[in-house]
Amino acid sequence: MIEAVLALSGLGVLLGALLGWAAVRFRREDAPLVDAIDRILPQTQCAQCGFPGCRPYAEAIARGAADINQCPPGGEAGIQALAALLGREAKPLDATHGSEQPARVAWIDEEVCIGCTKCIQACPVDAIIGAPKLMHTVLIDACTGCDLCVAPCPVDCIYMLPASSGIAVWRAPRPAAARLQNITFLRVP
Amino acid sequence: MSSSIALHGFHGGLRLPGHKIAASAASSRACPLPPTLILPLGQYGGSLAQVLVAPGDRVRRGQLVARADGLAANVHAPAAGSIVAIEPRPVPHICGLPASCIVLAVDTDADTDDRAICFPPMVEWQQADAQSLLERIADAGIVGLGGAAFPTATKLGYPIELLVINGAECEPWIACDQMLLRERAQEVCTGARIMRQIVGATRVVLAIEDRMQDAAEAVRAALDSSTDIELVEVPTIFPQGGERQLIRVLTGKEVPSGGYPVDIGVLCHNVGTAAAVYRAIVRGEPLLERYVSVTGHGVLAAGTWRVTIGTPVEWLIAQAGGYSGDAARVVLGGSMTGTAIATDAVPIVKASNCVLVLTTDQLRDPAPELPCIRCGECARVCPAQLLPQQLHWFIRAADWDAVESHALIDCIECGLCAQVCPSHIPLVDWYRHGKTELHLRADAQQRADAARKRFEARTLRLAQAQAERTERLAARQAVDEESPASDPIAAAVQRAAARKRSEGGPEHGA
Repeated sequence: MIEAVLALSGLGVLLGALLGWAAVRFRREDAPLVDAIDRILPQTQCAQCGFPGCRPYAEAIARGAADINQCPPGGEAGIQALAALLGREAKPLDATHGSEQPARVAWIDEEVCIGCTKCIQACPVDAIIGAPKLMHTVLIDACTGCDLCVAPCPVDCIYMLPASSGIAVWRAPRPAAARLQNITFLRVP
Repeated sequence: MSSSIALHGFHGGLRLPGHKIAASAASSRACPLPPTLILPLGQYGGSLAQVLVAPGDRVRRGQLVARADGLAANVHAPAAGSIVAIEPRPVPHICGLPASCIVLAVDTDADTDDRAICFPPMVEWQQADAQSLLERIADAGIVGLGGAAFPTATKLGYPIELLVINGAECEPWIACDQMLLRERAQEVCTGARIMRQIVGATRVVLAIEDRMQDAAEAVRAALDSSTDIELVEVPTIFPQGGERQLIRVLTGKEVPSGGYPVDIGVLCHNVGTAAAVYRAIVRGEPLLERYVSVTGHGVLAAGTWRVTIGTPVEWLIAQAGGYSGDAARVVLGGSMTGTAIATDAVPIVKASNCVLVLTTDQLRDPAPELPCIRCGECARVCPAQLLPQQLHWFIRAADWDAVESHALIDCIECGLCAQVCPSHIPLVDWYRHGKTELHLRADAQQRADAARKRFEARTLRLAQAQAERTERLAARQAVDEESPASDPIAAAVQRAAARKRSEGGPEHGA
């Protein structure tokens, strides 16, 4: 009896020590959880979540310092993905951080622009080019539609326009389900 | 010559009624020029061609009016005339959205110079190097005429072993390739030889369906006794003419999922493309017209026409006797993979092979959709060996990772699964929805990754600038503390203060 207790306790201590050593020896420095969260976030860098960019928000979620429903550009789909990743319950978007909107891009009215560079400093992804006292313009392909350049403009010459439409971004509609609307679909494994 | 190479089979497929006699009974006819030609700038998925003309410009036949930029094709004026507008017009795309087009009013003056602007003919193409042949093919604006409209010069840019010239026109109703082979087999064969020289293929196979005996005769006559091109007759099973299915039947090899035929050393080109290559090289003609079948019970005089690119569908149908009384729907392409168009104002483009007008009684019974009963018929006929039921469930559930891992990308939208479905589920519509969804998601992911990189680079740059500033400030403070007297500014300020004190300036006195 006593031998068995001793043997099992000894085994427990030994394996515990091994695990403790492994946790220190093989510690990962690259924060895989933060990376995984960051991959889901839309990278708008708009700071609507209350953090200065998507990465800081991802770090805050990983720390438990922020909730998963603070990202309006990510919208419901983003919250669903975060909930699935973190094994939490999905919840509706927190309206205090803004509402989900269709994609937009900034456009500078070059006639009005005075070349103050304030928007260039505000842009989180360096999507505005220009120089002091020379007119600025937005690189549409790089613009994330974060709105951060709009407020600093002293002459209000920046407008947020709907992102491109047309054949390239056309989405084939879901076929109208004639009779199936009342039938619940089971998700197949 | 005909060859008896061992043929393999492909999974699924169906023998469908051909309905091809209407479009292939008589010889092809030239469609007269319409008053207005509409030339779309896009290749749908590729980039837009750069416009070189402005409204009001007069152009000659064959003049370059838009230059390819990236994955696009050159656009030439198919007739002499003047540019009316460059504006969004309805185009033959399933979405029905308008897209940028050049609108050309065709000259009707008798004294118009109607000689085409041509490239210098390369009659001695056997002596030409691959690069100059490829450049010519790109300059002539040639794209795959089988329907995908992929720029031919790009596709010919890789060395391969087996060149397949695809004349296996498997889709019901369409007969434009059959007619082309019957009337221009010599051009197709020479075009195939030019292509072989470019890609260095060791074998060239011209594949046709075994029901196209008239085309086979013509090809045999054109080949005469030469053995450099093997004529192979493949069984008439839809979709035998699909690139992957045809390669599978001819070689027994499978094109890898998500890959291209070039990955297994094969290249597949439509017979029309081969003929266009011949015309561009040997005659110096840009691609200005193509064979188009106008057929279906909804047109009065079905047939195959040689149509100028840019001709509106309504004009072409008027040439074919107009609509019958019970015409109900205009489809571009065949009955299986074609797309219904909302307006017949759309133009014939390089990829248009058929205009099919269906009558009321030919439309599919709009029976209500019923639940999937798991009969498995769709999986049995799927030529891409996919699991159509599973794909359907996953797309419905918006489980995009599962959709991707079930290789929706390999679906060729042949329509067989929807055709055999006893529950009338519009499966292909679901797959089209899923494909655009996957495409847009990948696009959004790419943009997000780019934005992340730019944000990280900016954060790093700002941090470095801040660190440098702090360092400079610290260095200056260190110098100040070490030898305050050595600071020239401080010394000058002290001197000035001393002078002011000794002089007792008026402002101090006041």
